[in-house]
Amino acid sequence: MTKHTDISMTRRWFLAVAGAGVTSGLLSGPASALAPVGQTLGEGYEPTVWYAIAGDGKITMHIHMAEMGQHVGTALSRIIAEELEADWDDVEFVHVDTDPKWGYMVTGGSWSVNHNYFAFSRAGAAGRMALIDAGAREMGVPAEECSARNSKIIHGDQSISYGDLVARGAVDRQFTAEELEAITLKPASERRLLNRDTTARDVPEKVNGSAIYGIDRTVEGMVYARPVMPPVRFGSKVASWDDSAAKEIDGYIQTVEINDPTNTIQGWMVVVADSWTAASNAVEALEVTWEGGSGLQTGEAELMAEGARLVNDDAAGSLFVLEGEPDAILSEAETVHEGEYRTHTVLHMQLEPGNALVWQDGDTWRVHAGNQWQSLTLPLVAEALEIDPSNLVFETSYLGGGFGRRLFCDFVIPAALTAKAIGRPVKMVMSRSDDSQLDCPRSPTVQRVRSVTGEDGALRVYDHACASGWSTVPIAPGFLGDGIQGGKVDPFSISGADHWYGAETMRVRTVQNELVHDTFLPGNLRSVAPGFTLWAVETHIDEVANALGQDPAAYRLSLLDAEGRNAGSAPNAVGGAERMREVLKRVIEKSGWANRGDLPEGTGMGISVTAGQERSMPTWIATVAQVRVDRDNGEVKLEKLWASIDAGTLAHPDGALAQAEGALLWGASIAIHEGTEIENGLPRDQNLDTYTPMRMHQVPELDIDFVTNDHTPVGLGEPGVIGVAPAIGNAIFHATGARLRTIPIRPQDILKALEA
Amino acid sequence: MVNFTLNAQAVEIDVAEDTPLLWVLRDKLGLTGTKFGCGIAQCGACTVHVDGQARRSCVTPVSSLEGSDVTTIEGLAASAGLDEGALHPVQSAWIEAQAPQCGYCQSGQIMQAAALLSESPEPTDEEINAGMAGNLCRCMAYVRIRKAIKIAAASQSEGTK
Repeated sequence: MTKHTDISMTRRWFLAVAGAGVTSGLLSGPASALAPVGQTLGEGYEPTVWYAIAGDGKITMHIHMAEMGQHVGTALSRIIAEELEADWDDVEFVHVDTDPKWGYMVTGGSWSVNHNYFAFSRAGAAGRMALIDAGAREMGVPAEECSARNSKIIHGDQSISYGDLVARGAVDRQFTAEELEAITLKPASERRLLNRDTTARDVPEKVNGSAIYGIDRTVEGMVYARPVMPPVRFGSKVASWDDSAAKEIDGYIQTVEINDPTNTIQGWMVVVADSWTAASNAVEALEVTWEGGSGLQTGEAELMAEGARLVNDDAAGSLFVLEGEPDAILSEAETVHEGEYRTHTVLHMQLEPGNALVWQDGDTWRVHAGNQWQSLTLPLVAEALEIDPSNLVFETSYLGGGFGRRLFCDFVIPAALTAKAIGRPVKMVMSRSDDSQLDCPRSPTVQRVRSVTGEDGALRVYDHACASGWSTVPIAPGFLGDGIQGGKVDPFSISGADHWYGAETMRVRTVQNELVHDTFLPGNLRSVAPGFTLWAVETHIDEVANALGQDPAAYRLSLLDAEGRNAGSAPNAVGGAERMREVLKRVIEKSGWANRGDLPEGTGMGISVTAGQERSMPTWIATVAQVRVDRDNGEVKLEKLWASIDAGTLAHPDGALAQAEGALLWGASIAIHEGTEIENGLPRDQNLDTYTPMRMHQVPELDIDFVTNDHTPVGLGEPGVIGVAPAIGNAIFHATGARLRTIPIRPQDILKALEA
Repeated sequence: MVNFTLNAQAVEIDVAEDTPLLWVLRDKLGLTGTKFGCGIAQCGACTVHVDGQARRSCVTPVSSLEGSDVTTIEGLAASAGLDEGALHPVQSAWIEAQAPQCGYCQSGQIMQAAALLSESPEPTDEEINAGMAGNLCRCMAYVRIRKAIKIAAASQSEGTK
């Protein structure tokens, strides 16, 4: 695919959107013209593919990460602009469509800023170097006497703007991969944008209704569709169906049985109509019988029982960590601290339900749908359509929430196959319950942690086993890793259990719960594995501290020796557990932890310290929760959360804070407000009447601070989620003496624990 | 056939009587700023104003709107007498507070907040809790939504002095 194709294609989208508004005959011009998504790429001088400088001085960054609330375009553009020495007012950005030239496209794992930091910084520096050379030539002065600042090359009291250099055709240098790799970035003392505040560029169109999400697009000749969901995710086949009642519905067109060559979509049908309401009513009127279906009788209790069996079978699964010989110490220890920790099924409930608009445009098939992992979904949809991947383009749009649900856009397939079957553009929109039924939920987990401490409290053994569905297996098995003594491990289902506390011996075993995989497709949910492994780690460490009669905060500090495997490494984990100690000390100080004994009866404080999203990319966070527990009814009121965060350099500090705010509340929501259970192979709660994420009146006071430094930026979308649940559980223990080992924590669980 | 006023213009709609207003706005009239989230009036993403009151358009049959005055996010500023392209004070406050994350719920949040502020120009925290409890923000940008409501309240009270 060439850049030229890309431009013409995005222009077509622009026109199509413009046309959509006209059909009503009463609307003013569509405000979507303001949207950065889907516009043409920048024009002018392009030192690398990541941006273009135009002759009028406008600098357009090309953003290949999906915008789903993190203001990623602003953050990534700041990184380029910093090294380019661009005037921020000259900078714009566009979110690009799929083209092989952008490389691998996935937005997840809290990776966007970290994974692109060096490449984007060097791209900016390359442009600056080329412009300095060109400016020096134009001014007839030595390049080494010139500097770049605010989109100008400056020599003494003369200067020339980037725009003028481009307009004169004075700069055309391109950089090879080797040349880019060799670039040294400027010292942090010379920074003018990173770690400095700015506003997010995507905000204005998100307040006036003009932002275009996947669900908002229309194209000429389009029909509407809603899927008919099978009884369970796997193994159902349509046995018979009758649409005579549906035919009575005005606007009903037809029903399409989906036969997916990739076998991803099993037992679905799609109802097509001239409006979504007609399609939706026809789905309700359709009579369908299915045969088969895997896990039709399976419930949460069976999944948990299987998990418990697996964590207690030392031969099951594979080793993710093994240091020393824990069994030698375990077998001789007088006291073994042991706990079993559980987390129930969690749904994404991203507010924009699954949807996709698919149409054929000459030889090219086009998909318009919010998507976090284009490089995974595009080849899959091409295979389903039985076309070459080069004939398939995923256009970009804003995502009405990602949270990991749009890492696997399986729902594009039925929309695509329906468009193929009927020969017309199809916009398929799932109802909320359609979306929930075949969500890719966070798997329920069962974890067993055993530890042995020495006389001084130091960990002699840390032994963690976790059984869960493995999110990587069904969608991207190539990303599985090798176990230490054979077998496979899914890092995305165990990461976080490899914590930063010093331990003489350590073992982390991970087991795939096959019963989960027989029942539903376990997915990645904001905070991924650390969202459940740290529930176990940080609850267990708290239990050990209390068993030893030590203050839980002081005990944690004593375990953070920052030695050996915890000393840290460049570029992402410089300082290692030393930085974890720093955030811990900060949160202890600012929360008034030392005086927690003075809190009123029934009120308590709990603490946790975490380093999501991975050991190789740690965001150091210490969290304190303050809760008030009503002993009569078991109700928990989360009064306040404190967090101290070290995420290295912040590309967009206010965006970082927004992510931390949302993430902390997500953590609290998963701990005490939401969650569901599998019943008969499906999530029990399928809409927002009974699935209950946190609302405005449940929001605690937040106190968040960031450590200011110039270390490599890491991630912020997810890490704030991780420590909240254990901090809340530990606070409930402090308040009442009741130890909770399962999330979500329900009032009846607290009453039961109080009785124990 | 139903006749009502939409963003200060007369419209005549010819669809099945039980069609929810949400889908008329989105699919017949191309006003996609109003969002579909749950379909059962539990998330608030589809909130519009009907005769000045916040209403969940996903459960509002279009047939119930005969003679009504409907305002969507696209017409909010104009409904306050502002020029096309201008921002309603609540929208400006949303920008000042940098409230949106993914933004999908924000049209509904803003419409709800505007209705709240017209009833309670200086809402207390409790009034904000009660007024906004029906609007889910899955990104959990609640801290900034509350802040934005207070900014809007302050700017409105400034404007009326």
